[in-house]
Amino acid sequence: MAEISATLDLADRTREADQPHSPVVRFPDSKPLRLDAGIDFFPLQIAYQTYGTLNEEHTNAVLVCHALTGDQHVVNRHPVTGKSGWWETMVGPGRPIDTERYFVICPNVMGGCMGSSGPASTNAATGTPWGLDFPVTTVRDMVRAQAMLLDHLGIDSLFAVAGGSLGGMQVLQWAASYPERVFAALPIATATRHSAQNIAFHEVGRQAVMADPDWRGGRYFTEGTNPRRGLAVARMGAHITYLSDAALHRKFGRRFQDRDNPTFSFDADFQVESYLRHQGSSFVERFDANSYLYLTRAMDYFDLGADYDGVVAKAFRGTPTRFCVISFTSDWLFPTPESRAIVHALNAAGARVSFAEVTTDKGHDAFLLDEPELFTIVSGFLEGAARARGLKATRR
Amino acid sequence: MLSRLKHDLTMAEAARGPGGSRVDLLEVAGMVEEGARVLDVGCGDGELLRLLETRGVDGRGIELSREGVNECVAKGLAVVQGDADTDLADYPDDAFDFVILSQTLQATRSPRVVLEHMLRIGRHAIVSFPNFGHWRIRLQLALGGHMPHTDNLPYAWYETPNIHFCSIKDFRQLCRVSGAKIEKAVALNAWGRRMRLKMPWWFWNLFGEQAVFLLSRQAG
Repeated sequence: MAEISATLDLADRTREADQPHSPVVRFPDSKPLRLDAGIDFFPLQIAYQTYGTLNEEHTNAVLVCHALTGDQHVVNRHPVTGKSGWWETMVGPGRPIDTERYFVICPNVMGGCMGSSGPASTNAATGTPWGLDFPVTTVRDMVRAQAMLLDHLGIDSLFAVAGGSLGGMQVLQWAASYPERVFAALPIATATRHSAQNIAFHEVGRQAVMADPDWRGGRYFTEGTNPRRGLAVARMGAHITYLSDAALHRKFGRRFQDRDNPTFSFDADFQVESYLRHQGSSFVERFDANSYLYLTRAMDYFDLGADYDGVVAKAFRGTPTRFCVISFTSDWLFPTPESRAIVHALNAAGARVSFAEVTTDKGHDAFLLDEPELFTIVSGFLEGAARARGLKATRR
Repeated sequence: MLSRLKHDLTMAEAARGPGGSRVDLLEVAGMVEEGARVLDVGCGDGELLRLLETRGVDGRGIELSREGVNECVAKGLAVVQGDADTDLADYPDDAFDFVILSQTLQATRSPRVVLEHMLRIGRHAIVSFPNFGHWRIRLQLALGGHMPHTDNLPYAWYETPNIHFCSIKDFRQLCRVSGAKIEKAVALNAWGRRMRLKMPWWFWNLFGEQAVFLLSRQAG
C-alpha cells in the first residue's frame, strides 16, 4: 500500500489526467463537444485503449464502455495501481470478446480522471485543474464524445457495444443515439433510468466527499489537500451495494480479523470492516474525488425515456441493432426488473432482443467476475451476431 | 417447461424426421411461410427456432426456464426469459407474421387470454397441444379411474405443470369464442405421424394424440 500511495500524489493525478499512459486524442478548439448542459466544451481530450486489429473492412470493432470507477485499461496492467485490467475475464484472446477476432476500443469516459477531459484535467484558461468549474456532463455527452473518437479513428460502425452498469447505460444510449452505427448491443446489469434508491446511495457518497474538510469546495488540487477520508467512505458505502447479503456472508460471515475476541473498541474487529476499509483506502489511490461526484451525477441524470416523451420504446423504434440484455439474480442495485423494462421497451419497438438472467450470489459486481454462464451467453450472442454480420472466424 | 420438452424429445426420438427434428415441430414449421417474422412462445431449448432459421425465418422466442433461455441465447437465438401468461401483453399489435405455442397451451394459467394475445400480436397463430380426448386417456379415466398417464403426459397429477388440458373438440370451441379462424388443422397419431386420411373431427378427437392448428384472426 505504502508503495502505491508514494507513487501517487496529487501532481501524479493531474499528470495522469492530462498526459495519460494510453493513446489520447486532443480535439482542436474548432471541434467542441456540445453538452446537454448547453455548453460547447473545448478543447476535448479523450484517452482510450485498443486491443486486437481492425480488419480491412472496418467491421470488427467492439466498443467496451466502462463503469463508474473503471477506466480504459480493460486488459492491460493498470498504470497507477499495477493491477491487471478490470475485464480480463471477458476480454482478451480466446475470451468471449475475443481480441484475436475483434478490435476492442475502450475510451475513458468524459468526466473521468484517467486522461479524458474531466474535473482533474487542467483548465487551459487558468492553468489549474478544473475542479467544480468543469461542466456537469451526462451519459449522452459521454457517448457523443465517444462518437467523436470513433470518427477520428475512422470507424463508421461498431460490430458491438458492451458494458455493465454505467457502461450499460452508455450501451443503451449508443443504440438510441446512433442505431445505424451499432450492429449488436450488450447492456449488462443496467437500467434505462437511475432509480430513486440508486440516486439516494449516490447522494450519500457525494455528501461523504463534500463533508471532508480536505475537499475544500472541490479546490483540493490548488490547496494541496486530498479528501481521502470522504472518498473512502463514499467507496465503502457504494461497495456494499455492489455485493449481496449472501456474498458478504459467504466471504466474511461474522468472522473476526486477526483476533479471537472483540476488542470492545471501534477497531476493525470484523473481517468485513477490514475489507471495506481496504476497498476505501485503495480506491482513493487511483480515483479523483471530483470525478466521483461528476460520474455519479451523470448516472443520476440518466433517463433514456425522458428524451422520448417518457416512452423508452420510442428510443428504439425501428432499430436495426440486435440486443442481448443480461441481469444477475442477486443484483439489488440494478435488479432484474430493470432489465425486463429494457426488454419490454425493445419488444414494443420490434427489436431483435435476447434476455438472460444469470444465477449468482455475487450481486451487481458479478458482471466483472468469473461467471461461466455469463461468458457462454456473451460468446453465443456475439457468435450469432458475427455470423449475421458475415465476420470471418479469424482465430488461428 | 424445459425438462418437459426434453422428455417429449426423448419420447419422440423414435418418431424423428429426416433432419433429426421432432415431427410435430416439423409439422409446425411447415405451416410457417419462408422469411416470416415468428415468435415462438415457450421455445424450450430453441429447437424449433433453429429449424426455422435455416428456412430464412426471423425468429424470436420466449421461454420460462432460465436454463432454456441461456441455452438459446448461447446458440445465438433471440430469446427472452418470460411468461406466456404475463409477458405477451407487452408486445405490440401485428408485430409478427406467426406466433407459435408448441406444447405449452395446457401449461398456461389463462389459455384464452394467451390465445387472444397471440392473435393480436401475430397475423397467424400456430398452436400444438396434446389431445386429452384421445381414446387411451379416456380409457384410463373411464375404466382405470385415475388421471391419465401416457408417454406424452408423463407427470403424476400432483406434480404436473399442465393445468389446462383440452381435447381437440374443446380447442375448436376456444377458437370459436376467441374469434379465431381455423385455417388448417392436423392431428398426429401415437407415433407422431400425420393422420393421413381426411377424417371427421370426432375421429381425430378420439385417435389423435397431438394436434397442430393454424389460426388467423376472424375478419371484423
